[in-house]
Amino acid sequence: MKKYIDQGKNDTRSGFGAGLAELGRTNPNVVALCADLVGSLKMEKFIEENPERFFQIGIAEANMMGIAAGLTIGGKIPFTGTFANFSTGRVYDQIRQSIAYSDKNVKICASHAGVTLGEDGATHQILEDLGLMKMLPGMTVINTCDYNQTKAATIAIAEYHGPVYLRFGRPKVANFTPVDQKFEIGKAVMLNEGTDVTIVATGHLVWEALIAAENLEKQGISAEVINIHTIKPLDGDAVLKSVKKTGCIVTAEEHNYLGGLGESISGFLATTRPTPQEFVATKDTFGESGTPEQLMDKYGLNNKAIENAVLSVLKRK
Amino acid sequence: MPKLQELQDLTVQVRRDILRMVHKVNSGHPGGSLGCTEFFVALYNEIMELKDGFNMDGNGEDLFFLSNGHISPVFYSVLARKGYFTIDELNTFRLIDSRLQGHPTTHEGLPGVRIASGSLGQGMSVALGAAQAKKLNKDSKLVYTLHGDGELQEGQNWEAIMYAAGKKVDNIIATIDYNGQQIDGATEDVLPMGDLKMKFEAFGWDVMDILEGNDLEAILKGMKEAKDRTGKGKPVCVLLHTIMGHGVDFMMYTHAWHGKAPNDEQLATALAQNPETLGDY
Repeated sequence: MKKYIDQGKNDTRSGFGAGLAELGRTNPNVVALCADLVGSLKMEKFIEENPERFFQIGIAEANMMGIAAGLTIGGKIPFTGTFANFSTGRVYDQIRQSIAYSDKNVKICASHAGVTLGEDGATHQILEDLGLMKMLPGMTVINTCDYNQTKAATIAIAEYHGPVYLRFGRPKVANFTPVDQKFEIGKAVMLNEGTDVTIVATGHLVWEALIAAENLEKQGISAEVINIHTIKPLDGDAVLKSVKKTGCIVTAEEHNYLGGLGESISGFLATTRPTPQEFVATKDTFGESGTPEQLMDKYGLNNKAIENAVLSVLKRK
Repeated sequence: MPKLQELQDLTVQVRRDILRMVHKVNSGHPGGSLGCTEFFVALYNEIMELKDGFNMDGNGEDLFFLSNGHISPVFYSVLARKGYFTIDELNTFRLIDSRLQGHPTTHEGLPGVRIASGSLGQGMSVALGAAQAKKLNKDSKLVYTLHGDGELQEGQNWEAIMYAAGKKVDNIIATIDYNGQQIDGATEDVLPMGDLKMKFEAFGWDVMDILEGNDLEAILKGMKEAKDRTGKGKPVCVLLHTIMGHGVDFMMYTHAWHGKAPNDEQLATALAQNPETLGDY
């Protein structure tokens, strides 16, 4: 199978910080807001270079979402930064009314999503945010997989007019996306062509899917690996084309199976081409404290879990 | 400058619009709308510096944000009579396929509306963002808002109130419709809010009262003073003392008409107290 090289482990949030800094230099309308988590969101460079375009809101996320909505009215492109938990559940009605329903050009940038937040525990490990955001009419929902993809996505969403939820995370993970790969909103990335099973992964599970595909190859199983970074709008064509060939699918994400990428794909396939599917996702549970690796293992979110899901779904073809 | 009599005529006509709109669809919020009629008429026809036409960005003109979106009837009537859309469209209030939704929204592209409101407590934050965009754009025009007093029970307001003073957003005038009523009763009975003036001042705002909030001259004088107080490092709050349901005797001094439409007979009585001036829609 196609080989992917880890260019050096890095965190996706740093990709966001780098993308934001570049936007600061190239797009004078981009402004940034943060609710007392500048360091965690890696926003320092943007702030250092554009202090007048940065708004420190304090610990008041509802106010931040409203201020962001208001800034668009003067033609600004606001990027809000806080943890995924405080970017979604805490401020759902503010996003719903002042941003989504009002069609405001706000980029909601959310770090520390999922269990890989680690030791802080379940209060901060949101596993429901993709579902919350994808249910909002008009909201674009993106979950990036590595540093380079996050940086490219951050830059790409500034060019798109409309509300966007951009989800990324805390741990240092393999950085394998080519540095010059263009980020196309709503367009799946084919990582490895295969014939026996389709693996569709998003976020931190993409690298795990590539490892799983390598392990499966050793067992004589040809896995097609697709990275869907845009949960909404979903690239249904890419999914359909793949399952027509393979006849079964495994979806993998660091999110509850309810409301996540897997659910979007099963809903899509149910009306186009019903296909056996297995879900690598959390099973309607909260997380807990632990290291990211321990948590990914305990909650069935790693390459081993993907491999097992593939073996299960193959039996159902 | 419109003569006071013209503004008074417009006020009476807007009251008729409000009553007829909510009566037609047997729903909507006449109480707060009637109580803020003089304020809206003064704001849009005398206080705010507006450009012709409607541009969402609002660059180079004053902006207004209605946070307590349920008083949409007065907002729609004043916008229509200011020329943002035709007064005929008031006929479509709350009907299917209308741009005049129950609560104001940008979703159907109604000129004059820049944000959806209705879920309470969000307007001040939005206005602060717009005010800060004006500062970035070196636009010296102002941002006006209106909030219900009961609406201040929503916590987001206090995040915004703290932020506005802390960050010296001094190009905003937030007006509180201080009528002492909310859906379930008097604010004093539902959730006493204490001394609002002291609360805003403690948060660092420049606060003033307009004690006769249903008197056009008092509003014009008060809002001009509020305008003079902007640009001095503090956000400005106006406590506008109004009477919910003002202008219709049986709707005044009660919360009963907060969200209830008059029947045919009640409408006739209310309209008789507000004889047609500029022509019904």
